Amino acid sequence: MAFAAFSSTKSNGTSKPKKTGRVVIALLAPGLAYLGAFFLTPLIALIMVSLQAQDPYGGIGDYIPAFEINNYFLVITEYFPHMFRSFSYALIATILALLISYPLAYFIGVKARPYPLLQKLMLTLVIAPFFISFLLRTLAWKQIFSNESWIVTTLQDTGLLEADQYVVGTPFMVIFGLTYNFIPFMTLPLYTSLERLDTRYLEAGSDLYASPSKVFRKVTLPLSMPGIISGTLLTFIPIAGDYINASGDFLGSSSTAMLGNVIEANYLQINDYPSASALSVLLMGAILILVAGYVKKSGTEDLL
Amino acid sequence: MNQNLPEDPQLREMVKAALAHKVTRRAVLGGAVATSAAALLAACAPSDKAQLTPATDVSDSDPSLIWSNWSLYVDVDDAGNYPTLEKFKSETGISVTYREDYDDNDSYFGKVKDQLALGQDIGADLTCPTSWMAARWINAGYVQTFDEAELPNKKNVQPAYLGEAYDPQRTMSLPYQGILAGFAFDKKAYKDATGKEAPAVLADLWDPSLKGRIGVLSEMRDTVGIVLMDQGVKIGDANSLTEDAFMSAIDVIGQKVTEGQIARIKGNSYKDDLVNGDTIVAIAWSGDIIQLNAEAGYDRFGFVLPESGGTISADCFVIPMGATHKKNAEKLMNFYYDPYNAAVLAAYVNYITPVVGAKEEAMKLDPALAENQLIFPSEEFLSLTQGFRALDSKEEQAFTKAFQKIKLGA
Repeated sequence: MAFAAFSSTKSNGTSKPKKTGRVVIALLAPGLAYLGAFFLTPLIALIMVSLQAQDPYGGIGDYIPAFEINNYFLVITEYFPHMFRSFSYALIATILALLISYPLAYFIGVKARPYPLLQKLMLTLVIAPFFISFLLRTLAWKQIFSNESWIVTTLQDTGLLEADQYVVGTPFMVIFGLTYNFIPFMTLPLYTSLERLDTRYLEAGSDLYASPSKVFRKVTLPLSMPGIISGTLLTFIPIAGDYINASGDFLGSSSTAMLGNVIEANYLQINDYPSASALSVLLMGAILILVAGYVKKSGTEDLL
Repeated sequence: MNQNLPEDPQLREMVKAALAHKVTRRAVLGGAVATSAAALLAACAPSDKAQLTPATDVSDSDPSLIWSNWSLYVDVDDAGNYPTLEKFKSETGISVTYREDYDDNDSYFGKVKDQLALGQDIGADLTCPTSWMAARWINAGYVQTFDEAELPNKKNVQPAYLGEAYDPQRTMSLPYQGILAGFAFDKKAYKDATGKEAPAVLADLWDPSLKGRIGVLSEMRDTVGIVLMDQGVKIGDANSLTEDAFMSAIDVIGQKVTEGQIARIKGNSYKDDLVNGDTIVAIAWSGDIIQLNAEAGYDRFGFVLPESGGTISADCFVIPMGATHKKNAEKLMNFYYDPYNAAVLAAYVNYITPVVGAKEEAMKLDPALAENQLIFPSEEFLSLTQGFRALDSKEEQAFTKAFQKIKLGA
């Protein structure tokens, strides 16, 4: 999807392959077969289910093949707030993750260069959370911010929270959880592009009387753009479809339900498969459009 | 051998097929395509009552059994072992793999539905859906008929559990435990917050000092049932429990969720919120509370029926069509219909036991146990409870959807 945008930029290159021989096809075959079996087939099945209609004579969860395009309009009207919420949370969490990760990646990739040991140690710390299942880590946050925890009681005592306000189940908590869980996905791509940053450019910038902030804006930021783009994509796309953090069993409540939670409820609880599938297709489509627009606007040709 | 199979039902089928035929890798892949195609077809196929045939019973050669059940639903000792299951093993040589993976009727059904519809193994030889869900399975032809010869103790089933429309003679389902839903509350926290000893009516849950500290069950029939009874609706009566009545109860719950009074709508996992103190009062199941007290080591939680009454239902043993250890499962059921075993189980799980003679056995074990109204309720106590009436599939879908919409918020 998003990668189609990347690859199209490649074809502008000068060296066109002259022979598209059997070797190329043979090399491509496993990948294409994989995509066909595990991406295309489920996608087609999903679209087919999303168009099914209720079986007039069947019980709960019984649907018959049909071409019920109306399913899409129904879910849009019914679940518009959840779609809006999903994308707002994803946007906020992505920006927060970027703001937190950039200085971190800059420090590891640029400032810590003279100290390879420190650099490696810090990188390990960034990846360290992956050693524990993210479900467990998310549950731990729930416990840390539980209603009777000292954090919440302190906040209530100092008047930052009303006596009947709590942290778990609020949008703050969900966005916190999303940001926390996806920070490594932002930090690592940023690190890889900042790590290649040639510091002589920075010196040249300041030699030409640019202020530090101007050097950052004109030199560092543009040079780290590939990292920013892949980092934001790697966080935004999964966050928009996340259903763990916002779930009532973890950090959310009924007022924070995101699209993933709606799809889960429709699939597992209401047994309304067409609605769940239609929502999945819409989610995919919306992300595809947003990401394509984003990648086009940020001008990947110069960057990748 | 069963223990090594993956838990995911679809993978299970594939691995089993591979083991049975000793097939090549290529054939397994082919099988994968075939199974997913079959699942796809099943999802698309118009559904009549499924014409399924029971899976081959391998009980005689494989003395094992997988039992999928709700949490806090069998006796556990301090070491984490299940004493009655160990007794069962020493008596019959059958080892039971006990799984607490039945958190909610709807979500469990959602997970195994496709395998049930194809008559495949769902990863459990025995499971305990609530009676309305058991009725759905029976009506759809998803479960096996018991072999009465393996169930001599069936004569001990309380007569009150016979005569259900979906299975009058109990040939495909047997009650495991009767369940009461009412108010569970953290005694100290409740008193600190409200100054009262115990909640008595639904309005007590709407006390402003309990804002954000109320939990309700994701089991629609219990949560909405209790609200309906508070509104004076007779939930067992189709003339009283109409769609309008149901929706007005939904409005009450929805409003309380929007206001933030009700913070959590959960399945069996509500117990975690009671334990960590997030929830002070919950609509909950009676037996869980007594077990949580046992875990806490003191009488931390109380359980009361609302003055307007609580809901009563039963979880029923069923053997899915794809189960391969039917005879072992029947032996296990038979084991629990022995009055002594039933009393031992009741002493731990604290739900209403459906076994005649268990009370007398309980009297020998511990007279206080036999007096416990939550386990051996008197007629008078039972008059405070009502069972949710059967819903037709249209109503059920509409009601479920309305209830789920609350859970998802606006």
